[in-house]
Amino acid sequence: MSGEGVKQTVAEALRIASTVLPADVVDALKAARARETSDLGSAQLDAILENVDIAREGSIPMCQDTGLQTFFVEAGATSPFLAEIRDWIEAAVVDATAAIPLRPNTVDPFTGANPGNNTGRFMPYINWEIVAGDEVTITVLPKGGGSENMSTVKMLPPGVGLKGIKKAVVEHIVSCQGKPCPPVVVGVGIGGGADISLKLGKKAILRKIGSAHPNPDVAAYERELLELVNMSGVGPMGVGGETTCLAVHVEYANRHPASLPLGILVQCWADRRAQVVVKADGTAEVIS
Amino acid sequence: MERRIDLPIDEAQARELRVGDILFLTGQIFTARDEAHLTMLHAREAGEDLPFDPGAMALFHCGPVVRKAGDGWDVIAAGPTTSVRMEIFEDRFLEAFAPRIVIGKGGMGDRTQAGLEKVGSVYAHYTGGAGALAAKRIERVEDVHWLDELGMPEAAWIFAVKDFGPLLVTMDSAGGNLYKDLEPKIAENMKAIAARIEG
Repeated sequence: MSGEGVKQTVAEALRIASTVLPADVVDALKAARARETSDLGSAQLDAILENVDIAREGSIPMCQDTGLQTFFVEAGATSPFLAEIRDWIEAAVVDATAAIPLRPNTVDPFTGANPGNNTGRFMPYINWEIVAGDEVTITVLPKGGGSENMSTVKMLPPGVGLKGIKKAVVEHIVSCQGKPCPPVVVGVGIGGGADISLKLGKKAILRKIGSAHPNPDVAAYERELLELVNMSGVGPMGVGGETTCLAVHVEYANRHPASLPLGILVQCWADRRAQVVVKADGTAEVIS
Repeated sequence: MERRIDLPIDEAQARELRVGDILFLTGQIFTARDEAHLTMLHAREAGEDLPFDPGAMALFHCGPVVRKAGDGWDVIAAGPTTSVRMEIFEDRFLEAFAPRIVIGKGGMGDRTQAGLEKVGSVYAHYTGGAGALAAKRIERVEDVHWLDELGMPEAAWIFAVKDFGPLLVTMDSAGGNLYKDLEPKIAENMKAIAARIEG
């Protein structure tokens, strides 16, 4: 299989991610609709769920902002394909952009030029992690601009502690109002450095809704943050209602004693993702 | 209340629309994001005629995904983009062209609110991300302007739509503003949140 086959499989994962909302996200949206008490908020959730059905049935993108194609690659150190994966992913993005189609979203910040195929300097962006084994797992996250614009990093004084982080997260998400297309998924990255906290936050939104952090204290902190954000009443699309946020996922790293970096990554309701595994024999399949 | 509207509408009809109304539009709408707003405003300042009549259509903050189909175009996905980016010139745009219904997501600011009141127009919120649903209610692409100069998302697309909605009026010409109405309630909730965090 190799080159052409891996490229086609990654392109298929991009099609699935753009057109089929993962089951955990659909379930969370349906649960939000069931407990919504605001008529205006309910109408927003109804429109979202109808839109998700139309996209899946017609195999068309669920949102016109098909995002920046962002990849997380767990590269098995003994995979024979480490030198080729980047080229295959890039070729898959070019093919998928024409075939699905995806909106061309990669603009040169200096010239304004848009290559029209979702590639460009450093694009598609690939986050690499080397792991043991001979398989490569490729996760795609098509991330929309409206929600990414609401992501931020705050360098807090360590003295504010976990309470201070709670306050900062809630205040930030509430200040976003309807702009990131709530109900949102929030990735909270704590510690490391400024860049590391943001990267941890982005990795955290890859987790399935309903999954809990393996550390029970952190899992409890996630549940508490979710309840706090949803006490705000901002609601679906910021028109008022019970559900502003579908999930809060926290990831953390040890920090410098003088620093408490807080990365807040905001993902819209269209929490699109898909995953491909490339085996050592060159075969590839979409696994979620 | 729910209203089925055939475009175009005049100022008197637009001034009857109120925050909380749910609209379904039939007629012509045009898309304009940042670049199309600037292009149209520059044309007006230079005294040039526009190739279409924006006052007879609804304005849609949208950068669609479209695909060439023979001599025409298919709309693949066309949900709203974040409207507040246009806040810096929407009041001038309203005064210049008087679209009676501005469609977008996330709401707009005080300058646009003042523009809506002065000109007699409303801002209507469309569910963010609902690009497939919107495309289903677009019957055809009637025309496109400045496609070569601005590219697919930023060009001005003229769509013929049928029952395009549900659109929720969140800012009206009588000073009504859903976002401002929500602020005291959210501020109250924030006090309860702060108390729980400190508790």
